[in-house]
Order: sequence, then C-alpha cells, then structure tokens
Amino acid sequence: MSSTTKGQSKFLLASAGAGFLFLYAPIIALIIYSFNASKLVTVWGGWSFKWYVALFQNEQIMNAAWVSLKIAFISATLAAVLGTMAGFVLSRMGLFKGKTLLAGWVTAPLVMPEVITGLSLLLLFVAMESLFGWPAGRGMTTIIIAHTTFCLAYVAVVVQSRLASLDVTLEEAAMDLGAKPSSLFFLITLPLISPAIVSGWLLSFTLSLDDLVIASFVSGPGNSTLPMVIFSKVRLGVTPEVNALATLMIVAVTVAVLAAVFIMRRQNKIEIPRHSCWR
Amino acid sequence: MMNSTLKNSRLVNRLMTINIGRLFVILVPMLWLATFFFIPFLVVFKISLSEAIIAVPPYSPIFEWDATDEYATLKITFGNYLFLFEEYFYLDAYLSSVKIAVISTIITLLVGFPIAYVIAKSSSTMRSILLALVILPFWTSFLLRVYAWMGLLKKNGLVNEFLMSIGLIDQPIQMLQTDFAVYLGIVYTYLPFMILPLYTTLEKMDLNLIEAAQDLGAKPYQAFCLVTLPLAKPGIIAGCLLVFIPAVGEFVIPALLGGSDTLMIGRILWDEFFLNRDWPMASAVAIIMLIVLVGPIMFMRNGNKEAV
Repeated sequence: MSSTTKGQSKFLLASAGAGFLFLYAPIIALIIYSFNASKLVTVWGGWSFKWYVALFQNEQIMNAAWVSLKIAFISATLAAVLGTMAGFVLSRMGLFKGKTLLAGWVTAPLVMPEVITGLSLLLLFVAMESLFGWPAGRGMTTIIIAHTTFCLAYVAVVVQSRLASLDVTLEEAAMDLGAKPSSLFFLITLPLISPAIVSGWLLSFTLSLDDLVIASFVSGPGNSTLPMVIFSKVRLGVTPEVNALATLMIVAVTVAVLAAVFIMRRQNKIEIPRHSCWR
Repeated sequence: MMNSTLKNSRLVNRLMTINIGRLFVILVPMLWLATFFFIPFLVVFKISLSEAIIAVPPYSPIFEWDATDEYATLKITFGNYLFLFEEYFYLDAYLSSVKIAVISTIITLLVGFPIAYVIAKSSSTMRSILLALVILPFWTSFLLRVYAWMGLLKKNGLVNEFLMSIGLIDQPIQMLQTDFAVYLGIVYTYLPFMILPLYTTLEKMDLNLIEAAQDLGAKPYQAFCLVTLPLAKPGIIAGCLLVFIPAVGEFVIPALLGGSDTLMIGRILWDEFFLNRDWPMASAVAIIMLIVLVGPIMFMRNGNKEAV
C-alpha cells in the first residue's frame, strides 16, 4: 500500500472510531447513571441499586411491562407465520396476479412513518366497529393486529432474502423423490429457512416491545404498553427509574442477540438480519 | 444469475401447478395486508373529506341513507385541505420537516460512510464484530436511545459539564429543546440504516480498481470521487431513502428533544389527533404527507427490485 492510501485510511479509521463512540457513548452514560445514588440525575452520589428496587416496586411500570411482553409474544408469533408465508410466496411461487401489489405491501410498511400507520389503523378499527361491531373497543387485540402487520413485513423481507440465497437443488431432489408440496415445505424448506424465521421472530418481538406511536393510536383506556408509560414519564424529564429500566432492557437485548448469533453460528452459517434493519 | 435459475426452475413450475394449497398460501398474507395495510389508507382518505363534530366517533358521516324518505345524501368537504393550504402553519411544518429530514440524511451519510468503509475493508473476524456493534443499537429500544440524549443534553447534563470542564464554554448552553437536538437525535437513531446498505455495496467493491486509479496517477480524493463514489451509489441511495422517509414523519424525536418551535409534521398530526381530537384534520395531514412521500417510497421499491 502506498503512503497516500495509508494516510487516507488513518483518517478513515479515526472517523469510524469517532462514529462508534458516538453510537455507544449515550448508552454507556445511561447505564452508568442508572447506578447513581443521587436523586438529581446528573449529580453523582455514589453507586447504588436503589432505582432498580424502586423500579420493581412501581406497579404501573410492571403492569405495562407484562402487557407489552404478552403483546410482543403474540404479535411476533403471528408475524412469523404470516411473514414466512409472504416471503415464500414472493420467492417460490412464480408469477401470479397481484404479485407486484404484494411486494409493495410488504416493503412499504418498513419505511412508512409510524404516525400514518397508527392513524390509519385506528380509523380502520373505528370504521369496522361501526360496520360489523368488531373489534369491540380497542385494547390488546387491536395492538396485536397493528404490530403483526408491521412486523410481518420485516419477517417477509428476511425470509425472502434467505430463500433467494438458498440453493434449490435440495428442494428439487425432494420433489423428484415424490415429496408432496406440503411435506416438501415442512421437511426441507422450513428447516433451511428456520434461522431466518427465528431472527425475524426476535426482531418482531423487540420491535413490538419498543413501539410507542402505533400503540398509542390503537390502544384503548387501561391498556398502556411499556413504551407508553415510559413516554409519559420521560416527557416531564429524566427519571432515574427509567434509567434502571433502560439498562435492564439493553442488557437483555444484548444477551439475547449475542446468544442468538452464537447458537446460529454453531448450527448454520447465518447472517445477522441486515435487511431487517430497514425500519 | 441466481434469479434466472430460480425463475425457470422446475421447483417453481411444480409449485405453480398446485392449486388449492397455492391459493391459500398466497391469499392469507395478501388478505391480511389488504385489510390492515391498504384499506386503512382509503379510510383515512374518506375521513379527511368529512367534518369534525363532537360525537363518537368525532367526524361527520359522509354517506347517509334516509330510510323513511328513501333518499341518500353524500356530503363531502374539501375544507380540511383548503385549511391546510391557507394556513402557513401547516405549509411551514411540511417544509420544515422535509428540510430537517434532508439535512439529517446528509449528516447521517457523512458520519456513516467512513464507518461502513472501514467495516467493509477490515478482516473477516473484525468485520463481523464491527457489524454486530452497528446492529446492536438497532435492536435496543428506539425510545430509550432518544431518551439517553435527554440526560446528555440537559442544561446540567454531561455534554455541558464536559464542555465547561475543558473550558470551551463557561455557561451551560441550551441544547435540549432545540433543532440541533432534533438533528442529533435523527442522525443518532437512524445511523445503522445508513451504514448497512452502504456496507453491502462497499463490501462488493473491488479494491484493485482504486489501486489502478492511483497507479494511473489519480490523487486519493480523485480516486474516491471517480471510483468509490459511483460504485457506492446504490448503497448511498438506499441508505438515504431509509433515513429520509421515516425521518419526515418522525414524532418521538421532536417530541422529546425538540423545542416548542420545532415544527415537524408528525408531531402536528399527533397533536391534531390527541390534543384537538380533530380526526378529519389529522387525516388530511396524513394524506398530504403520503403524497409527499409516495415518490421516494416508489423509488425505493424500484431500487430494491434491481438489487434483488
């Protein structure tokens, strides 16, 4: 390498390092300050776990967390099923009427501003209720439907890209040996794409757990999710309990992602779902 | 190559001949998305043509059927749209949202490019570590990452304390509740969306091309402008769209980091809906936002098609 390119790469390395610092400094500061004994969030008063204790004694937060976990589990599961179907249809079913439409409906939710998605789903639910009497009121069901819809898109994209990179010879061999389409799918295709489905499920779970805007539109009274409670608290300013909660969530997510990557690395070569980052 | 083999493969041909199962697998996701993604937009459009009234639900019916006299009335109003264009407030909000989104997209590109480049050019072990480091913040809560900046940017927050301790400023400066904080928040939270598509294109780039350019006498910046940038163009476009489109309608960031004078259309839609309870007006705001964004969204879809 010539000296000029070396100088250039030094500049690049420095700016990349600064970029990573930028990505992580706020998270690290948040974690450190969650152990701050002082009530004044910015004054350091020594190490303490008291905000964690306060957090677990806060019934409002604990209830909301439980509601959110239930919603996230159900939505992620529904989204994994529907998204796998959509991804499979888009990459293995050849041409059919409405394929372009389906492809558009799968990619558009990834970038659609959340306020639009939230408002439109709420208005749909209200219109449906006055026409068919369902869904009666708004609450967990409507949040689950909303979350399933946008998470489905992520799963579909991940599954589709996995299928596109997959060699079809295995599936063709099974077909030649007389496998029925259903057993072909469940015995050959599904195991091959299962890493993609698992990462799609995990992603859906975290996205659902994190959604504030859409849930605010489609939830009913008494069904506050965790982000809704956090938002109403932090709107008024920084609170040490939320710092503790944030730390716990960050640690949980980090452990889960690392574990998932580790397990899948051992079983199978799998890319971390990059495409899924299209939010 | 992959695509063409897939298209003509016997597998796909076989799967195309099975009818009932095939129909089921196609119809279920289609119907779900039609009902919960597409039709809602039609409902929003319909309600944007009605009037806000005090009732449940708070908008006037558009179509009424009088059973005794047997006649139907259709009542639509363009008043919401007229109001949108007459009041400079809304127009300003759209322009300011687009401006904030454009500027933050450019900054995100400038911050993200070196990171993506370094990742793409590092050894394979290092590469997966760095990639994981970029992806990890994306998996952690968006809301909490925005919130983290509130603690940093406050009057007595860490950034002010730091700047004062190194003597750069002697009075804390107002950073929270300013447009600056909104730009920072958008760049920070959307950075992974920029880095990943950039990385994908840069990874495929042949380093020999740059060396060839330099051997032929190009200076580093010339090689960069004439070789690297054109090759990275698909990634740059994809990354910019992934940041720009959602940033235009962003709500959480201006609500938590912006000031009362930070005009962003996502926040105005939210306020129309939750504070004013004016559902038709909120719908009209959403429809105009969709019209602004439909071009970039279509453009992104076409780009995707080529990339796949």
